Amino acid sequence: MLYFIYDNTFEGLLTCVFDAFNRREFPQKIVRTDTALPLFTEPFRVITDTDKSERVLNALKKKISHSAVRMLFVDFLSELEGIETVIFRYIQKAVTAKTSIEMNFADADVLELSKIYRKVMREEERVRQFVRFQKTADNIYFAVIEPVYNVLPLTGRFFKTRYADQQWIVYDAKRKYGLFYDLNTVETVCFDSLDISPAGNINPEKLDESELAFRILWKDYLKAVTIRERINLKLQRQYMPVRFWKYLTEKNGE
Amino acid sequence: MDTKIFDKLKILAEAAKFDVSCASSGTTRNNPGKGIGSTSGWGICHSFTEDGRCVSLLKIMLTNCCIYDCAYCANRRSNDIPRTTFSVSELVELTVEFYRRNYIEGLFLSSGIVRNADYTMERMVRVAKDLRTVHKYNGYIHLKSIPGTSRELIAEAGLYADRLSCNIEMPSEESLKLVAPDKNYQSIYTPMSYIQQGFLQGREDRQKYRHALRFAPAGQSTQMIIGASQDSDMKILNLSDALYRRPAMKRVYYSGYIPINTYDTRLPAIAAPPLVRENRLYQADWLMRFYHFKVNEIVNEAHPSLDLDIDPKLSWALRHPEMFPVNVNTADYEMILRVPGIGVKSAKLIVAARRYGRLTSGNLQKIGIVMKRARFFITCNELAANTVHETGPEYIRKALTDSVNPKKRKTNDRQLVIDFGE
Repeated sequence: MLYFIYDNTFEGLLTCVFDAFNRREFPQKIVRTDTALPLFTEPFRVITDTDKSERVLNALKKKISHSAVRMLFVDFLSELEGIETVIFRYIQKAVTAKTSIEMNFADADVLELSKIYRKVMREEERVRQFVRFQKTADNIYFAVIEPVYNVLPLTGRFFKTRYADQQWIVYDAKRKYGLFYDLNTVETVCFDSLDISPAGNINPEKLDESELAFRILWKDYLKAVTIRERINLKLQRQYMPVRFWKYLTEKNGE
Repeated sequence: MDTKIFDKLKILAEAAKFDVSCASSGTTRNNPGKGIGSTSGWGICHSFTEDGRCVSLLKIMLTNCCIYDCAYCANRRSNDIPRTTFSVSELVELTVEFYRRNYIEGLFLSSGIVRNADYTMERMVRVAKDLRTVHKYNGYIHLKSIPGTSRELIAEAGLYADRLSCNIEMPSEESLKLVAPDKNYQSIYTPMSYIQQGFLQGREDRQKYRHALRFAPAGQSTQMIIGASQDSDMKILNLSDALYRRPAMKRVYYSGYIPINTYDTRLPAIAAPPLVRENRLYQADWLMRFYHFKVNEIVNEAHPSLDLDIDPKLSWALRHPEMFPVNVNTADYEMILRVPGIGVKSAKLIVAARRYGRLTSGNLQKIGIVMKRARFFITCNELAANTVHETGPEYIRKALTDSVNPKKRKTNDRQLVIDFGE
């Protein structure tokens, strides 16, 4: 069994496609570098090459629409196990088919990727919904979140347009990196040590003086607008999954 | 920060909570000048309260003082409750600070009526104007227009707000007059048509001049209370249908009546708010807006009220077995939309996917169709199963209602319970 090993990047995955067609050898599976290989495999280590990945991308764009190409990238961010192999099969089908396959939802791979796309985009929406900034003493708005999928790269543009006149950081505590906006560009940042409580709260001494007051106001507001005759906790959990409560200002400590 | 603001926020948020409208959609503001905020697409719900309703906008009243005495309202003149008023600057600060922390998507501003309609409206418009011009705020603004507001103020409000709304309150004028003697349909419809004229005018101007100012780009919405009067579902849905025919009208909201002023005998005494009926009305509303249903197909003289046990789409299908079964591989998009268990998304997927080959029930299931309901109404590329013709509508109704969470049904109301007094 032929296994391709790549370096966890989207470019690497596209290079796999190039190499497969180049060598006329199609892998059973594509796995990441850190995966333990089963017995009786024939591994092939793919070396990421941007020229090759560019060529695959260009070839793809001739066969499927730009939104479908973007869909592949979004699917890749899901980091699901085996997603590389599905994306590989999709590209293989797309390149060899005479017409675009992107709408053929009776095909298992097409349908699966479109479903995963929806899931990832749903998670991206949830990041936009449930990020809560806390204002620090040095005027940076800081937020922590733990999305299931690696969706931060998809949200950068949104936060950049929305909060164009304030410095902000959105930090992914699970993957240990964040986005930082310095009033001009959005950059990826990593912190060696991060002084936050388990609920994502910054040390109160380092907060802006009005921050705690606004937190209380926000909690008070949510209590006040609740209609007690219509309490429906199940519905609340359905829309606002409990896994996000950890870092929500209004649910802190619950 | 003034500590009074804590009490004010509680009182005025509590006062505004019965307004249902929460949409922050239908408009795009890109934040070109690096101000605060942007608006696009469907809008975002930032939080959910314990009643399961979304919090998208900071829904708040400018003041809860009111000269009117409407029977259904918590803020009526004759209620003895704490009254307070926000200053324009307090409200603007609160909105901006909440917005910067990603708590909210924008502002929903309503108000009790002080002195007269125009005086109140003018102060509300000032909040919106301050946000837009002083703070370069591009978030969403929803302004309530006070019944009886003049054309000039509506015209100004439309320049700053994304959506304006004017609540129709009751599904018929008679019931409105009964519970709100100070209001009438004319005072509600007049601002409504000012908004509509402004909206159309603004749209026309934009076609001529690219930089013409937009007027309430997200249109207008309205709201009515359900279950506080004798009006039938047919009356309610016909009214919504007529409202949706107006070009600027984007949403009609239904609010299940919650008895607040229990001492007022003009309103019915009910134990719990009519939540199921409210839900069915929203479903019917969706059928009219997204499923190409006509209002008289959902409710008519023969069926003036919606069925509370089953949703209106299934109810229609059971009344019209002659339209089924639908062949998903050949039928029109419109007809596929009408199959219970197939939504807009799945209908579109079906129409797209069947160009590549015939669909089987396995495909349909994977696409996301609720086969539990749909299987009685479709045929696909397989041997015919039991459709509505073989089983008869009554069987389907029973099969689908009994299977709805049998555990949740506390008592079987068809079973006589004999109490032996043990």
